[in-house]
Amino acid sequence: MNVHTAGEVLRVEGLGKRYGSREALHEVSFAAHAGELLAVVGPNGAGKTTLLSMLAGVQAPSSGTVSRGVSEVGWVPQQPAVYSKLSVIENLRLFARLEKVADTEAAVARMLEQTGLIDRAEERIDRLSGGNQQRVNVALGLLADPPVILLDEPSTALDPAQRERLWLLVSELAARGTGIVFSTHIVAEAERYAARVLVLDNGRLLFDGTPGELVREGGGGDFEQAFVSFLAKRGER
Amino acid sequence: MRWLLGKDLLILRRSRLLVALLIFYPVAIALLIGFAISASPARPRVAIVDETPPGETITLGGTRVGLDEYTKQLFSQVDVVHVPTRAVAESKVASGEVLAAIVIPSDIVAKISSGVSQAQIEVIYNGDAVEQSFVRSTIDATLAQANLALSEQIKSVAVHDLNLLLSGGHIGPLGSQELIGLRQLPGTLSGIASRQPPGKDRETLTRIAGFASLAANNLGIAADVLTTVSQPIAVHSTLLQGKRTPLDTYAVVVAVTVSLMFLCVLLAAGGVALEREEHTIARLVRGLVSREGLLAEKAMLAAVCAFVVALAMLLGVSAFVSLDVSRIGLWVLALAFGALGFGALGVAIGALAREVRAASLLAFLLSLPLVFLALVPSGSVATGLYDVIGAVSFVFPYKAALQALDAAVNGASPSLGISIVHLLGLTLLFGALARLGLRKAE
Repeated sequence: MNVHTAGEVLRVEGLGKRYGSREALHEVSFAAHAGELLAVVGPNGAGKTTLLSMLAGVQAPSSGTVSRGVSEVGWVPQQPAVYSKLSVIENLRLFARLEKVADTEAAVARMLEQTGLIDRAEERIDRLSGGNQQRVNVALGLLADPPVILLDEPSTALDPAQRERLWLLVSELAARGTGIVFSTHIVAEAERYAARVLVLDNGRLLFDGTPGELVREGGGGDFEQAFVSFLAKRGER
Repeated sequence: MRWLLGKDLLILRRSRLLVALLIFYPVAIALLIGFAISASPARPRVAIVDETPPGETITLGGTRVGLDEYTKQLFSQVDVVHVPTRAVAESKVASGEVLAAIVIPSDIVAKISSGVSQAQIEVIYNGDAVEQSFVRSTIDATLAQANLALSEQIKSVAVHDLNLLLSGGHIGPLGSQELIGLRQLPGTLSGIASRQPPGKDRETLTRIAGFASLAANNLGIAADVLTTVSQPIAVHSTLLQGKRTPLDTYAVVVAVTVSLMFLCVLLAAGGVALEREEHTIARLVRGLVSREGLLAEKAMLAAVCAFVVALAMLLGVSAFVSLDVSRIGLWVLALAFGALGFGALGVAIGALAREVRAASLLAFLLSLPLVFLALVPSGSVATGLYDVIGAVSFVFPYKAALQALDAAVNGASPSLGISIVHLLGLTLLFGALARLGLRKAE
C-alpha cells in the first residue's frame, strides 16, 4: 500500500493494464490531493475509462498499485448506473445498505440535499431528465462519504444547463475537501474546472501539470489548440 | 444479498405486465403442448360412395356374410359423409370439404363371393404432403381393421363348414339332410370291412378306411391353420423398464416442465441482463456483492418463482387429471432441482447477453428446440441423428427435469435420484459458464 504525503488523498504508482498482447495502460503514476480537481484528458481510446475503472476496483490492474481500497473511493461511471424502475430515494437507500453505510437514512438525506434532489426523491429514475439521472449517479458515488471520487466523463450526455449545474455540484464537493478525479474529452471543461491535468494517449501518461503549463507545452494559443499541438508533438499519432 | 433480493422483488412488482406475460405465456405454451400430446387425433372426414345394392350379402359355402358388417367397421374409424356418386366425392375432396373419399364398387360382393379374385375399393385423396401422409396412414389402418373383421367372418364360415365335414351334422332346409362326418368314416368302413370275406373288396374297404382316417386327422388341424392365416401375427406387449406412463399424465409432466423452464430461464436471464442494461453490475461487483453471489441471487429468485408457479400448476391440474398427490414430496424434489438447473442455464444466458431483449430472445431460441428435441421418440429418426439429439438433450436441463418430474409423478424410469444427480451436474456446469460470462463486468 502506498503512503500518502501531506494532502494526498490518492496515490497511483506504475499502473498498467494488458488485454492479451495489447497494452491498454502503461505504467501510469500520479497523486491526487484533497479538494483538488484533477482532469484526465486524451483522445478516444487513450485509456481514460480503463484508468478510472481500475482506480474504482471494477477492473484489476495487470501491474502497479493504488493507495486506496475500493470502499474508500467513490465512483461515478460514464452512464448512470441506477435502477430505472426504482425511485431516487429507493436507489440511494439500496446502495447505502449495500455499502453498509452506518446511518442509511442520514446518508440518503445528506445526498438528496447535496445534489438538490429532495423534491424529486420519490420520483422513479426513468421519469427524470438526463441531468437529474446523472445527479443521482453522482450521489450514489458519494454515499459512503469517500475522500476521493472518480467521475468518468460525467457531462457527456448532458445539455449545457445541466452541465453547468453538475459542475457547480462537483465544485462544491471539492470545496468541502473531496479529491476529484474526472475524465473528459471536452478539453474546455478541463481548462475551466481542473487545477491539474493528466494527458493520456495510447495508454501512456504524457503530461501531468496545470492547464497553463499544458498551454505552454503546446506552444501557446487557446487551450484546445495547445492540447492538439501537444498531442501532435508528444503523442504517437 | 437480501437487499438485492428485495430490490428485484420490488422491480418485479412494478413490472406487472412482464410478470403476467412471464407466467401466462409459458403456461399457455405448456397447455398447448400438453393438449397436443394427450389428445387423440380427430377422426378424418371421409366421403363414402357405396355403389353396392342395399342389403347385399356375400355367400360363402352357403353361408351369408352381410356387407354391412364390413362397411360398419370401415365407417367406425372415420367421420362419414355419404355421397351418391364418385364425381360428387371427387369434388368434395378437391374442395377440401373432406380429406378423402372411399368408393366401394358394385362388384365387390361378386368378387369376394367368387373366392378366386381379390375385391378392390378405391381411395381418393388430396392435400399437401402432411395431409396426404395423415390420410393415407389413417385410411390404411382403417382398411386393415375392416379387412381383418371380414376375414374373421370368412374364417368363421370356413371353420364351421370344416367342422361339419369332420364331425358330420344336419344340413339343408331345417336340417333335413344328415351328413356323416369324416371322423366317423374310418370306424364305419372298418366295421363293414370286417364283415366282408377276405378278398379284394375287404382290402379295398380297409384302404379307404385308412385314407379317411388320414384325411380326418389332417383336416383336424385345418381350423388352426385358418386362424393363423387370417391373423398371422398377434401382439404381446412387454415393457422393459419402469412403469407404464399414461399419456395424459405424461402430458401434464411435459406441460409443467415447459412452464418451469420458460419462467425460470427467462427470469434468471432477464435478471442478470437487466443489471448489465442498467450499468449497475459494475457498481455492484466492485466490492458490494461478489459475482458468484449476484448470480446465485438471480438464479435462486428465478428458481423460487418458477417452482411456486409449477407446483401450483401441478396441484391445479391434479383436480382434473388423476395424479397421485401422496407423492407430492417427490414432486417438490423434482421441481426444486429442475428449477435450479433452469436457473443456472438462465443466468448463463443473462451473463452472455448484454441486454434484456437479447437475453429473452436467446432464452427462447435455446429453450423451445430443447422441448421438441426431448420429445423425439427413439426409432422415429435415424440412429446417428437420434444420438446427436440425445447428446444435445443431455447437456441441457430440460430432458433431465422432464425425467425427474416423470419419475416423481408417474414413477417412470430413470429414477428420480439419477435425474437429480444429472440436474445438479448441469447446475454446476451452467453456473460455471455464467461466472465465466460475468468475468468482465462492463
